[in-house]
Amino acid sequence: MVPVVGPLLAAAVLLTLPDRLVLRRVVALLATAAVIAVGVVLLVATSDGAVPVLRVGGWPPVVTITLAADPLSALLVTVSAMVVLACLVAAAGTGDDCQRAFLPLTMVLSAGAYGAYLTTDLFNLFVLVEVMLVPSYVLLALSGGPGRAGAGRVYIATSLLGSTILLAGVGLLYGVTGTVGLADLAGTAREVPAAAAAGGVVLLAFALKGALVPLHDWLPRAYPVASPVVVALFSGLLTKVGLYAIIRIYAVLYGGDPAYHPLLVAVALASMVIGVLGAIGVGSMRKVLAFHMVSQIGYVLLGLALFTAASLAAAIFYLAQYVLVKAALFLCAAVVGATRGTDRLSRLGGLAASSPLLALAFGVAALSLAGLPPFGGFLAKFLVLRAANEVGDWLVLTVAVLVSLVTLLSMLKIWGVAFWGEVPRAARERTARPGLALLGPPLALGACALLLGPLGGPLLQVADDAAAGLLEPAGYVRAVSGR
Amino acid sequence: MSGPLIVGVLVAAGVFLLLRPGQLRLVLGFVLLGHAVNVLLLAAGGLHRREPPVDGGGPESADPLPQAFILTAIVITFGITVYLLRLLRRGARRGSRPPETWDGGPR
Repeated sequence: MVPVVGPLLAAAVLLTLPDRLVLRRVVALLATAAVIAVGVVLLVATSDGAVPVLRVGGWPPVVTITLAADPLSALLVTVSAMVVLACLVAAAGTGDDCQRAFLPLTMVLSAGAYGAYLTTDLFNLFVLVEVMLVPSYVLLALSGGPGRAGAGRVYIATSLLGSTILLAGVGLLYGVTGTVGLADLAGTAREVPAAAAAGGVVLLAFALKGALVPLHDWLPRAYPVASPVVVALFSGLLTKVGLYAIIRIYAVLYGGDPAYHPLLVAVALASMVIGVLGAIGVGSMRKVLAFHMVSQIGYVLLGLALFTAASLAAAIFYLAQYVLVKAALFLCAAVVGATRGTDRLSRLGGLAASSPLLALAFGVAALSLAGLPPFGGFLAKFLVLRAANEVGDWLVLTVAVLVSLVTLLSMLKIWGVAFWGEVPRAARERTARPGLALLGPPLALGACALLLGPLGGPLLQVADDAAAGLLEPAGYVRAVSGR
Repeated sequence: MSGPLIVGVLVAAGVFLLLRPGQLRLVLGFVLLGHAVNVLLLAAGGLHRREPPVDGGGPESADPLPQAFILTAIVITFGITVYLLRLLRRGARRGSRPPETWDGGPR
């Protein structure tokens, strides 16, 4: 209950508060910290296989709004809240939150995301995704640089189309099965072909929201226009909700039906390859990172597509560490933007000398993204590869290794130009020193990425639990339906 | 038979408007698509059942759940439409680029 209502209440309070920036920041930070605390409590509570269920208002299961937390939901709520916290601190550093609407919108957006992770029926999922998306339209329009009108239109049109398709899919599913509760729908797509088709419409909508190839084109167009802090927030929450929904629906509604594995593997591989190739040709940090989002989403989907206990655990581990790493990289871009006034690679250089701490944060996060030991990213990629090896799919194995090589290459490109390159003349006079509020969040998230390598055991345990829950959703179904 | 027909016509008109250049057509296209989905939801509950579901209701009483869905969906679509129109108006007032281009690039 707290993850959804807490931030919404905070947003309401923020709207009524007078223009005292410090006070407003404290309210937003406290609300997010409370969500992290609840997330950790949920993680502990779900570690023994229990599924805490909340029926809002105490109504019977058919009519109530049901929230339930299994290890997957609890983990994603915690990780998202950490990203929100980091973004709030960074926004205080860059001055993004001086705009009066920024903090309330962020709170509403995060509430929608947490709710989407916790809800147990598809219609509420639709509503909560909308709660999350509507503030994001405004944030993109508020924070964007030049070209935001065009990018904003692409973004809103795509999201709106996705939401319309999603609602149609939910309607069709209701028409076929007479219910929208995930627990009641468990496994129906394997038995009723019409339900599988209706579920396919829902999955299509989430593939659009999660920016899977061939529906990825909007993401590298729309995201880089917003300010880097906002992009970090979006990357941590928006597309990940789409990905989470795909994982959950495929596991519960379809029961991991092997008939669809080739399709999922093909989409995953296409996302990985096209995303990483797109990143080679673009010239600003945010654009490179946006293309890598598409590519990294492919790895998570690959873990889902193989649908074994090991591969699901790998996918969940990958998702959690990748959200943190990606936010760290975008927040590094925010620091660069705030100190140099641009993140175009052609106008950057010499960052390693002028701010070594930033270089440290970026280096750790970039190497983790590329999947080098001893970082968390290495462990995640290794798990995905090992799962693919167990299945014996050599094509998948080869593509995954090659893509991470190209990822490393494009991270090295940013590093070589922006951090080691010669300082451009234009940058010499307008270099500011980044403050602690700016540098702290990427450093902290980078530290997480580093620690997840050697000390990834607890997260791996959670991922294993979550994978077991997805592979055998009977416990989840029983707890949610109350039978 | 009227349900599928209405949905089909609305979707066709909506998609046609979406594919035309111009912001206002985009907004109108999404309005039509929204209506199409609402009718679809209504049809999911069964169009032949018309009795009001209050006071016990009979076997012919209408399914209230899709109607609740539609109510929610209408509110969301309405809010977003207003926001889109607002964006459109701002873009027109700034005059930064002719309102007919849609992608930020030349047509």
